[in-house]
Amino acid sequence: MDFELTEEHKMIARMVRDFAEKEVAPYIKEYDRAHKPFTKAIYRMAELGILGICIPVRYGGQGMDYISLGLACEELERVDSSLRVVLSVHVGLNSLGLLQWGTEEQKQRFLVPQARGERFAAYALTEPGAGSDAAALATTARREGDVYILNGEKMWISLASVAHNFLVFAVTDPQAKPRHRGITAFIVEREMKGVTTGDIHGKMGVRAGSTGWIAMEDVEVPVENRLGEEGEGFKIAMSCLDNGRYTIGAGATGLIRACLEASVKYARERKTFGKEIGQHQLIQRMIAHMRRDYEIARLLYLRAGWLKNQGIRNTWQTSLAKWFATEASFAAASNAVQIHGAYGYSDEYDVERYLRNSKGACIYEGTSQIHEIIQAQYALGYREDRPLRCELPAYDPEEWQREA
Amino acid sequence: MGKDIFVWVEQFHGQAAIPSWEAIGAARQLSETLGGQVCACVFGEGVEGLAKEAIAYGADKVFLADDPTLADFRVEPYAALLAHLAKEHQPEVILIGATSRGRDLGPAVAVDLETGCVADCTALEFEDGKLVATRPIYAGKLLSTCTIPERRPAIFTIRPRAFAKPDPDEGRQGEVISVEPVLKEEEITCKVTGFEETEGGVSLTDAAIIVSGGRGVGGPEGFEPIRELAEVLGAAVGASRAAVDAGWIPYEHQVGQTGKTVSPDLYIACGISGAIQHQAGMRTSKVIVAINKDPEAPIFQLAHYGIVGDLFKYVPALTKVLKERLGK
Amino acid sequence: MHIVVCTKQTPDSAAKLTVDEAGNVSWGDSPIIINPWDEYAVEEAILIKERFNGEPKVTVLSMGPEEALEALKHAIAMGCDEGIRVWDEAFENSDTLATSYVLAKAIEKMGDVDLILFGKSAIDSQTGQVPMEVARRLGFSPLTYVIKIVELDFEGRTITVERLLEQGRQVVKAPLPAVIGTVKGINEPRYPSFMGIRKATRAQYPVWTGADIGAEPEKAGAAGSGVRWERIFPPPVREGGAEIIEAETPEEAARILVDKLMAEKVI
Repeated sequence: MDFELTEEHKMIARMVRDFAEKEVAPYIKEYDRAHKPFTKAIYRMAELGILGICIPVRYGGQGMDYISLGLACEELERVDSSLRVVLSVHVGLNSLGLLQWGTEEQKQRFLVPQARGERFAAYALTEPGAGSDAAALATTARREGDVYILNGEKMWISLASVAHNFLVFAVTDPQAKPRHRGITAFIVEREMKGVTTGDIHGKMGVRAGSTGWIAMEDVEVPVENRLGEEGEGFKIAMSCLDNGRYTIGAGATGLIRACLEASVKYARERKTFGKEIGQHQLIQRMIAHMRRDYEIARLLYLRAGWLKNQGIRNTWQTSLAKWFATEASFAAASNAVQIHGAYGYSDEYDVERYLRNSKGACIYEGTSQIHEIIQAQYALGYREDRPLRCELPAYDPEEWQREA
Repeated sequence: MGKDIFVWVEQFHGQAAIPSWEAIGAARQLSETLGGQVCACVFGEGVEGLAKEAIAYGADKVFLADDPTLADFRVEPYAALLAHLAKEHQPEVILIGATSRGRDLGPAVAVDLETGCVADCTALEFEDGKLVATRPIYAGKLLSTCTIPERRPAIFTIRPRAFAKPDPDEGRQGEVISVEPVLKEEEITCKVTGFEETEGGVSLTDAAIIVSGGRGVGGPEGFEPIRELAEVLGAAVGASRAAVDAGWIPYEHQVGQTGKTVSPDLYIACGISGAIQHQAGMRTSKVIVAINKDPEAPIFQLAHYGIVGDLFKYVPALTKVLKERLGK
Repeated sequence: MHIVVCTKQTPDSAAKLTVDEAGNVSWGDSPIIINPWDEYAVEEAILIKERFNGEPKVTVLSMGPEEALEALKHAIAMGCDEGIRVWDEAFENSDTLATSYVLAKAIEKMGDVDLILFGKSAIDSQTGQVPMEVARRLGFSPLTYVIKIVELDFEGRTITVERLLEQGRQVVKAPLPAVIGTVKGINEPRYPSFMGIRKATRAQYPVWTGADIGAEPEKAGAAGSGVRWERIFPPPVREGGAEIIEAETPEEAARILVDKLMAEKVI
């Protein structure tokens, strides 16, 4: 078993880290304080190819593997969660969903511009009344000839005010039993008549990121924009989450690392009772936990990335990575604030931002409670994976790097 | 018959570069051990006056080359001439101020004479009869000592302000020897076609006092109080990388690892955290004052005096007090 | 059109450095990276290549043991075409005189070089002397402190540059071939691209030995050096940190500070 990252992986991680440190870190506090999305960062990520990092070259991407996606997420969230959220929705939830479920024509039409960073992508499942109970969607899609008419409102949508292409889940068959068999997935484009979006303000964290709502009023979506079959939507939504959750697990690992780095630095600089606070055992305990959790979180997401590379189904492994890392990052951030004392309570230092950001990840893409139940169900044998009609493609460097 | 020391006297538009006078001061000190003469090398056009100044600052002899081909510093004619003089007169040591031009000239002459050149020395002393140079490495985080054991002349470029500028003695006597350049204009391939001087103000590397602004300054307007304080003190204005990268002040003012290295008598750091990269550029300042809101800022470890507070309150207060004290 | 960029590897500028009794410097597990100043040189070379429709070949060259590969790889990942390392055990303990000799021989071996670009200096040894020495050895136009390449005429064999000096900017016109020493501000170095990273990790990096470049043994390494490094040590540590001045009002604090500074004779 080779635990070494390849040289390519190391160089990629370094490149993303340099970008985030040079171009985002010096400004992020300003944007966060102002609750203002740092959209310039998204355009820069697009320019640098990060938005298509693990999409095959012939679909406009950079042809790197799934581990590279994870590494990029770790480096981005180390600077701010809002950066990683971009990859979670644009790449994890939407683009990889297209790669897995899209027709060749849909990949050319939607995936290519997204991978190139020409169009930004989002994922619209959650509604005001449907979060954990995802199947309780109220958005409807009524078939009329060659189009579906969509009506409804999605909320808590990352990149709502910035994205061009939205993967929207709507009920096509209200009579279906069970309910989730009546859900279908659609690619809704911002330019379509009847689409409006807006940002939500007042979030506890991810303040430098756009989070909002998309409302659809009699939006005509051509049948060519339907992703997968009618009634397949819920399965598609769940399989997209395997990739979204992966990016969150990787990102939260980066957040733990940021907390650890900040805490170690402070513990070595700050003196109380005549010595560096790093010499006090109770501080050491908090540092030890951060270190432990960082290593565990990293192994979990890298393992999930490896499984994706192999083309092996990884639903519970990704769920575990997400659940563990996010809860651990919340604890790490809380301890980081504690270690910084009064300074941790001020936004002069970064740790309070880490704490505010970390909480969101324990809620979205499956609350921690949902993940606990998922893990129990797999462990108890109540839940088993059945093969999907379309599986996420395994990574094949030659296939993914050829031009046409 | 002692061992002579050559000192290259740099000039720009007829004005000597102060580091050259500092080099003469250093040469005088070394000549006490070496026993020979201090020979200044003055090259330029219309620079006879500099020859006299060199003697006043401590040179025993001046090799003066006054020629249109030497009006602007160019490595080709200057290195050729200095190397030629060195071959003829066999000095033991050549000292050159480590300015931009000096740091070009030193190595060029070193190649011509196949000898060693030690760059940017902050100290030069005899130890057991050997001349030992001290120089900063790794951005000043470490120091190293170097010698040139065998090859001669031994060339050293010395950091501006690392050696004291001597007081000129107008009554001093010395010999001025006219020399001809080695290269004709047709033989010199680089041509200077223009020069654009940067807006006045004191040069950072020469300044005795520097007032610097960093991220705490908050914006281009934030440099106003810094400038006012600098004016009262006759100081140069410096900046940290953060302020330059944010576009609040041009790169020419940047002090630090990727900017200029300075060594003033007084360095006042306003709203600068004092990250390692900035320290690299100013840590050898004689007295460092830090004004910063953050009591944990690393600059307070390096500074001699500190004020924890808002620079927009304390800098104008300083300016006011100084205006009174200095009668301005 | 052939452009060579000379580069070196250094420890990260943020690394914590320690030095032992024997003078060995260590930077813990901080990574070895391309010398930050060299990135400007690499970027300028690639910009020139792009300006001339991709025709010029850009070779990145480094004298050093295996760690030098880090710098070469980064340069290839930014967009250079090929990387060559020149090394021989005999090159150990080279000062700038000996280093410039080896680099000049390597460039002579390449034969058809129009431009050599360097970063301003290496952040470890900080001499900044190698570019000038290489230019002097090869008889190339020595253009240091270049902040802008104003005009480059490969056909007409001339180059015009703006140099950043203490007093301002000097414009110089010189014939090719030339050595360009770059400074910060000449450009904004790009990040390695993903494609570049892929290329860099798969590329071959030939190693040229002293024999390959025809280096005379007495001119390289310690034998070819004029300068000897004696000791390396940390600077004297000032105990304590700053004397913090506290007072009721800013003016009061300013008065106390000015008193102290005048006592120290720095005002």
